[in-house]
Amino acid sequence: MPDSQTVDSQALAVPNEIHNPALLHHFATEQQQRDSASLGMWIFLSTEVMFFGGLFCAYLIYRLKYFAEFSAASKTLALSLGATNTAVLICSSLTVVLAVYASQHGKRSMLLINLVLTLILGLTFLGIKAVEYNEKFEKHHVPGPSFQFDHVQVAGHPGQYADPRHAQIFFALYFIMTGLHALHMIVGVGIFLWLLHAAWKGRFTPDYNTPVEIGGLYWHFVDIVWIYLFPLLYLIDRHPS
Amino acid sequence: MATENPQPERVNYLNKDYSLASWLLTTDHKRIALLYLLSITFFFFIGGFFALLIRLELLTPAGDLVQADTYNKLFTMHGQVMVFFFLIPSIPAVLGNFLVPLMVGAKDLAFPRINLLSWYLYIIGGAMMLHCILTGSVDTGWTFYTPFSTAFSNTKVIEAGLAIFVAGFSSILTGLNFIVTIHRMRAPGMTWSRLPLFIWAHYATSIIQILGTPVIAITLVLVVAERALHLGIFDPKLGGDPLLFQHLFWFYSHPAVYIMILPSMGVVTEIIACFSRKRIFGYHFVALSSIAIAVFGFLVWAHHMFVAGISVYAALVFSILSYAVAVPSAVKVFNWTATLYKGSIHYDAPMLYAFGFLGLFTMGGLTGLFLACLGVDVHVHDTYFVIAHFHYIMVGGAVMGYLGGMHFWWPKISGKLYPEGWARLAALIVFIGFNLTFFPQFILGYLGMPRRYYQYPPEFQVLNVLSTAGATILGVGYLLPLIYFLWSMRYGKPASGNPWNAAGLEWKTASPPPTFNFDEEPVVTWEAYNFDELDAPHKQEVPVAG
Amino acid sequence: MSEHSSSPLRTYIMIWLTLLAGTALTVYAATLDLRPFNAAIALVIASTKALLVALFFMHLRHASDKLLKLVVITTVFFLLILLALSMADYGTRLWS
Repeated sequence: MPDSQTVDSQALAVPNEIHNPALLHHFATEQQQRDSASLGMWIFLSTEVMFFGGLFCAYLIYRLKYFAEFSAASKTLALSLGATNTAVLICSSLTVVLAVYASQHGKRSMLLINLVLTLILGLTFLGIKAVEYNEKFEKHHVPGPSFQFDHVQVAGHPGQYADPRHAQIFFALYFIMTGLHALHMIVGVGIFLWLLHAAWKGRFTPDYNTPVEIGGLYWHFVDIVWIYLFPLLYLIDRHPS
Repeated sequence: MATENPQPERVNYLNKDYSLASWLLTTDHKRIALLYLLSITFFFFIGGFFALLIRLELLTPAGDLVQADTYNKLFTMHGQVMVFFFLIPSIPAVLGNFLVPLMVGAKDLAFPRINLLSWYLYIIGGAMMLHCILTGSVDTGWTFYTPFSTAFSNTKVIEAGLAIFVAGFSSILTGLNFIVTIHRMRAPGMTWSRLPLFIWAHYATSIIQILGTPVIAITLVLVVAERALHLGIFDPKLGGDPLLFQHLFWFYSHPAVYIMILPSMGVVTEIIACFSRKRIFGYHFVALSSIAIAVFGFLVWAHHMFVAGISVYAALVFSILSYAVAVPSAVKVFNWTATLYKGSIHYDAPMLYAFGFLGLFTMGGLTGLFLACLGVDVHVHDTYFVIAHFHYIMVGGAVMGYLGGMHFWWPKISGKLYPEGWARLAALIVFIGFNLTFFPQFILGYLGMPRRYYQYPPEFQVLNVLSTAGATILGVGYLLPLIYFLWSMRYGKPASGNPWNAAGLEWKTASPPPTFNFDEEPVVTWEAYNFDELDAPHKQEVPVAG
Repeated sequence: MSEHSSSPLRTYIMIWLTLLAGTALTVYAATLDLRPFNAAIALVIASTKALLVALFFMHLRHASDKLLKLVVITTVFFLLILLALSMADYGTRLWS
């Protein structure tokens, strides 16, 4: 830590409080620090919404333009795996909020257990995603030179086939959107590994649990993105034909 | 008017520690502001160098200085460097970083380490861009339009795209820091209505940075992915729509121009108030107009696409909205003018830049309305009329505001006074050089000279020569402050805490300030722009540190 | 930290079950042929789930001031602007 934080103690504006070592020097009170961290994370999530938002815009336009191909391509995604992953993330959101609760109430083992469960669920999600990606790779649905989507019937129009170029756009968006989401999951796993380590060391108390809270906010956001991705990518047309 | 005050040197943020590590690992917002100052000045001269080459080529109608492909790279790199590595960071990263905590009465920004990270991201993006320039550059225009950028260009589109992607996060983190600081770290008594309008302007700018920058970030990801993997999202041959790129690109890049101008408006407000010795007229109108500009700025992006192939109905909607967005800017111009009326005007260098801003921003803004009109835009789109319009705002407006602000706050930043005579001369040179460079371009554009062309019909030569001559003068005008600011750091007269007798918390601490800004946490009991109290003969002395 | 209603654990479990039920519902609804309403229903269910996560799991409901809710509403508003005004172009291209 550079020297600028350690001198000028007389400049600190809180004369009577005994400082919580977690209180950073440029904040006047712990409440201010907590409120700042919380607002900061929400604003960061706001940027993430707009980041994914551009992809949702592209998705919206091409789904309307090439509904038939999007339909046909969506059907090739494994619905059971997608639904399972949705359930996995929902469960992980529960374990996250239980971990936050535990940290607020000083319940160490509840905190540790729920952090571990969150990690397990997060890794499960990534594992299932890997299985799905592998299947797509084997079926030549990965956009690029080896992409194939021939002789796929368009629902409701017998004899009409999906244009592979338009289907490739679906898969391009599928991989970019779920890939970006998976990247965020990996970061989330990293954050929660750090939280687990810090919790093990006893760093979180009812007076100071901000990292758990804002780590939790991040995780919930990643869950929310998937809550939209699942129906938009997997459930375009699941009518039994 | 600035007062000098020789005194023994006390410990301040500059002289506390001279080691390189103390600078490169600093979390002090004032030092980070100076780190940014060095970096953006560097990129300003890189972008200016490309401008010089462009203007040299355009001295003659024939394409004789460089080849067409090279010329494409020149205007592309000029645009990308100037927009992403100079204009977008400039005032927020330098003046904003320095002043926001001081003006709200805080010890630092809300997240000092993220502030440092923001600078490092800028440096990494800048290094990537520099490498891109040195190993081949990009020729797509700063706008990266597809499918040329994704499928046909043989230049380093991916590297440039990634460089801007990284720099974009620098911008996002700065905006995030400002919003949290302004909400959570105001000193006791510093209510929203007592905030300097500089703060309101930066708050509005930060909103745009937060909501807009991520969209260009994802757009660049898509361009890079498409180019690397031949995806077809923007490629008509594969069923993609090139206009989708333009929608996503301009969704950010239009609000981006408000990122470039709003901080400058904030600076000009502070300068006009101080050098008229008057509270800004219509404080709440000016404050809310900043927010209105930020909001409306997001509603008009497709006016860059009127002739690109969007539906005429969409064009109508965006045209009407583009007229609406001019209103809050006009409100500001009226309020500045009303502030000047019956004010006690002082013609120090910062005020000269503010005057320049007033006239040139107004002209630039009005010509924006010409462009918002569909019929006119069909005629002048992609001509020098557009180039003149945005340079009037970005150079005549934003850069003049930046220079005015640098002069106004230089005593606070450096503890030294710059030489006033040279500064006024430089302001005059900049004003003359600017007008000579860019006014002929309005005429050229109206007469039909297209932009991004390295050769042109001979009848346009006189105006082009005038423009190049002006650019040379403008360059001299820009070099002068660089020289005398540096000179003043060593030889300038020491400045007092408040050499301008200006209003604002930043003037109630020493020049340069101590690391934690204030010796005691300020408690604000007065309104903003309390010049009547400051100028009163028996002013109640608030303890001025130093 | 913001105050919680009594028995927050019970609330969390209820929300969790509601989210799982919503997931099952959306999968089921996708198997029905409701043509234009399939997308709308899916988005309504997804948005409800997202709102529940935001309000209860992310504690937006009990936020001490209105600022955080304003941040969320503003963000959603501008995302919708991006989608809606883009559609102003794409939706009307075939009109002339």
